[in-house]
Amino acid sequence: MASKEAASTSKRIKGRVTLNKGLKYLFLLATLVGLVFLALLIYRVLSQGIGYLNFDFLTNFPAPFPEEAGFLAGIMGSVFLMLLVAPIAIILGVSTALYLEEYAAKNRFTRFIQVNVQNLAGVPSIVFGLLGLTFFVYLFGLGYTLIAGALTMSLLILPVIVVASQEAIRSVPNELREASTGMGASKWQTIWTIVLPAAVPGILTGSILALSRAIGETAPLIVVGAATTIYAIPDSLLANYTAMPIQIFSWIVRPQPEWQFVAGAGIIVLLVILLAMNAIAVWIRNKFQHRY
Amino acid sequence: MGTITNDTKSVQLMIQQNKKKKNVRKTTESLIPTFLLICAVISVLTTIGIFFTLLRESITFFTEVSFAEFFLSAHWSPWTGNFGILSLIAGTLLITFIAICVALPLGFASAVYLSEYATEKTRKVIKPVLEVLAGIPTVVYGFFALTFVTPILQSLIPGLLVFNALSAGIVVGIMIVPMIASLSEDAMSAVPNSLREGALAMGATKLETTFRVVVPAALSGIVASVVLGVSRAIGETMIVTIAAGASPNLTFNPLESIQTLTSFIVQGATGDTSFGSTIYYSIYAVGMTLFVFTFAMNLLSQYIVRKFKEDY
Repeated sequence: MASKEAASTSKRIKGRVTLNKGLKYLFLLATLVGLVFLALLIYRVLSQGIGYLNFDFLTNFPAPFPEEAGFLAGIMGSVFLMLLVAPIAIILGVSTALYLEEYAAKNRFTRFIQVNVQNLAGVPSIVFGLLGLTFFVYLFGLGYTLIAGALTMSLLILPVIVVASQEAIRSVPNELREASTGMGASKWQTIWTIVLPAAVPGILTGSILALSRAIGETAPLIVVGAATTIYAIPDSLLANYTAMPIQIFSWIVRPQPEWQFVAGAGIIVLLVILLAMNAIAVWIRNKFQHRY
Repeated sequence: MGTITNDTKSVQLMIQQNKKKKNVRKTTESLIPTFLLICAVISVLTTIGIFFTLLRESITFFTEVSFAEFFLSAHWSPWTGNFGILSLIAGTLLITFIAICVALPLGFASAVYLSEYATEKTRKVIKPVLEVLAGIPTVVYGFFALTFVTPILQSLIPGLLVFNALSAGIVVGIMIVPMIASLSEDAMSAVPNSLREGALAMGATKLETTFRVVVPAALSGIVASVVLGVSRAIGETMIVTIAAGASPNLTFNPLESIQTLTSFIVQGATGDTSFGSTIYYSIYAVGMTLFVFTFAMNLLSQYIVRKFKEDY
């Protein structure tokens, strides 16, 4: 009797242990699905695009034939966009974070700004496109220009930079601030010479990740009128422009299959740039960020 | 003698200069918080700008098209003057449903594996690689859906259209996996080890510990991550624009071509839409609908986290 009970108990335990083991592999499998998908995606893009990727592709403007199509306008458009977006978004974002972390009183208004930033981060990017279309393109009369696109993108990534900067500033220990103030430094001197330098790695990491998001964004730029065929590098803030994802999009939606290969080549360039930016962000984080 | 007077003079001078400098610094420093405040207010202005933009242009839209037609009709063909948004909402919900069916099991299982089963070393490798998925531009996902996923699905499901909701929905789901995995993993990692150890000491297996102790304790974070994922799927634009087609259909058949709220906005913004036309304003009415949906989701997610957060 007792041995029967013991046998059934040990059977039950065995079952539970097996279930545990089995599901462990199921969870691992599910995790691997994402990774396999990533590998497939990269393999697919490479195999499609590598044949069309050459020096001419990087230095030519768009062309009516897939063999002659080039990516220069897209690359330079993205570069100029980022040259504008980076200072605007970083200055606004870091200032907002400094205000919230160092100056703001803990009252309802501060909390309101904080909640507002969080909500803004969840607004779909295409809605930012509508905002840009109304304000920058029509109301300010900027039209479909580089600066209108850059301002739209800056507002889009602003919340990301604010949140990252806030975290970086918050992680600077109070002892450093107190020591600086104790030496007679004013509040701003403390912030400028002690807090900001200590927070720079975190701020930079967050900003680079935000910028790499902006480089890949397509929807808002379509709405604020980035053109698909541009035969010049933008020469002023009010020039027409295009960007890498916009050109890729215009190639993908063409019906002739050869354009898919051109799109693949463009995607390789875009992904290489994004990967490089991510690598830099990770490098900065590992190299400079330290806990106190 | 001379040197002493010189010195006293220079000391006095220095003090004076120092005072002057301090005054200048004081005034500039008093301006800095104001400058920072102005920068902080810009984010608020952005929100107000979004509200104002969507509201004003939508109101103009509704002077030309009745509320009833917009919200009750399912016939959306703006170029022939039919503005029934139900078919766009149906398309959006269909994509979102498919995406969550893919992302929830994969994201949740990944979170369980990373938080409970994986060694520290494995986690440190897998998590960042998984996060690369989140950094891939959606236009690339769209390309992949159209040129890779769709052909594979077509070989499995005969008669599947080139542009279909299924392929786009699956890829949107894959896109939000890292978000659900990462946020859920954070929530599960925040559950203190003492709870796990207690369960294990009682003879529970790891699986039982996970599902009876860790998951219930982290449930609010997990649910919030899924709600955020839904919000992302609703707002996702390029994948659906490229792979789901541009045929507004009131259908819940994933094999058909559909149009979502976001992909109509893209179509409306790139087509021959002239400023001030009804179609121009319809973009904003659709944008307003999209904004209300995603905003509600984001608020819900924040509410869940705040309301049900357990402190240990």
